[in-house]
Amino acid sequence: MTLTVSADPPAERRLTKGLPVWTDIAYGISLPLALLLAWGLSSRFGWPPEQILPAPQVVWATIVELWSDGSLAEHTLQSLRRVAIGFAIGVPPGLIIGAALGLLPRVRAFIWPVFTAVAQVNMLAWLPLLVLFVGIDEELKYVSIAWSTAIPVILATTRSIADVSPKLVELGRVLDFTPLQRVSTIVLPAALPSLFTGLREGLAAAWQSLVIVELFASFEGLGYLMTWGRQLFQLELVIVAMLVIAAIGLLLNASLQYLERFVQPWKTEDPHGS
Amino acid sequence: MEADASPPHLLRGAARHWRPFVAFGVIFLLWLAAAQFAWVDPRFLPSPAAVAARAKTEFTTGTLAFDISESLRRNITGFAIGALAGLLLGLVLGFSRTAERIVGPTLLAFRQIALFAWVPLLSVWFGGADAGKIAFIAVAGFQPVVINTWQGVKGLSPAYRELSEVLIFSRLDFARLVALPGALPSIFTGLHAGLIYAWLATLGSELFLNVTPGIGGRLNEGSQLFEMDLLFLGIIILAVIGLFYNSSAHSLETWLLRRRKR
Repeated sequence: MTLTVSADPPAERRLTKGLPVWTDIAYGISLPLALLLAWGLSSRFGWPPEQILPAPQVVWATIVELWSDGSLAEHTLQSLRRVAIGFAIGVPPGLIIGAALGLLPRVRAFIWPVFTAVAQVNMLAWLPLLVLFVGIDEELKYVSIAWSTAIPVILATTRSIADVSPKLVELGRVLDFTPLQRVSTIVLPAALPSLFTGLREGLAAAWQSLVIVELFASFEGLGYLMTWGRQLFQLELVIVAMLVIAAIGLLLNASLQYLERFVQPWKTEDPHGS
Repeated sequence: MEADASPPHLLRGAARHWRPFVAFGVIFLLWLAAAQFAWVDPRFLPSPAAVAARAKTEFTTGTLAFDISESLRRNITGFAIGALAGLLLGLVLGFSRTAERIVGPTLLAFRQIALFAWVPLLSVWFGGADAGKIAFIAVAGFQPVVINTWQGVKGLSPAYRELSEVLIFSRLDFARLVALPGALPSIFTGLHAGLIYAWLATLGSELFLNVTPGIGGRLNEGSQLFEMDLLFLGIIILAVIGLFYNSSAHSLETWLLRRRKR
């Protein structure tokens, strides 16, 4: 429908396509640098007070110290282990329930509203209830991470299967495919992209709820590091933990995106960045 | 829900509408039966009657109504602050390429911080009372709004930009007549997500920060005192408020964007 002319970028933009990377980096880095400078300068003049915002060099010294005595790695690994186990527990039931709901529209009609009502209540609200059933030990972390992983996985799997084009499904019927063939040759390839999105959302949710559950009750891990820093009014600990949490979140997201492209190389990059 | 492409026939519509209630009804009956025949220890699963009785005393002589209103007040205040800031910044980033290049990467990096990782820092900066809670709720509401507004304005089809160049629109006219209506669906997606995040943050702020009147504080109380009826009641109320937010945002969205749906 749109004019083909507008689909082609103007010549000069095409020419400079490789170039803007460096200027983009320069622009992008200017704000963090300016903030860092302002932060360093203001802390030199003793404003804001150390308990409100520790100086950048203090934060850096804390990173070095925690790194050299191995406690930063220890807390981080503990958190990563919890996420890995919770995610691994949450994904299989999520995929199975999602597939069942997607493949059986009649079951979906009955179950879906109940499921959305349950999904509506975030893991956070179940937490006070969950504590009474499983205690505050590792089980609590695994159950709540698995729970918050499973919900986006179920949602995405169900949607991706239910949204497979009816034309394709009809084609399978015309070709006299068995149900198994229909699933393996038509439904699965068509549903794969959104299925992966679901897994990525599940991992993001797992990471979010790790922080929640570690703030709620834990004696090690990044969330504990933050709670501890807050109680001691050592904000540098809080900031270090936040930095690590951001870095890991970025890493998890990027690696799954890479995996997504690796598994389905036919999927071309969406220009609008969906 | 997605399959509702055919025109809603009255009878078929009714058949579709009773189905979900069957599932809710079955669950309720199971719950009733479990309580009646003592399948489960009542300390772990209170009977529906117990929860109803608790609701009655809470709403007549207790403070639950006040707790809910306090939670909603903080929720709405925080969301309004966060969403407004997100909307403004998102529009600036969408319209100005320079602003986008300077602020965009930093914003995307900040987004990687898991939402609840803000709690300890904000609680030190703003205190654990009302201000800290509202600040956290505002941060929660801000993030999805700013990203979706920004991407929505940026994602406008180049054909529209060209058209407005051909028509020699002023920048203001472009914003008013082309960009804003074009970005509206995306902005609504952001506001909707922001509303849900803000509600989550409302609950979280009450669980993690100082105890003040609020529904999250009551949940914590129920957990610590092992009062299952209070816990169940609290979760049901949370679900109802969440459902209300979600469905009203959804219907507002479809109503405001009705011209787009042919």
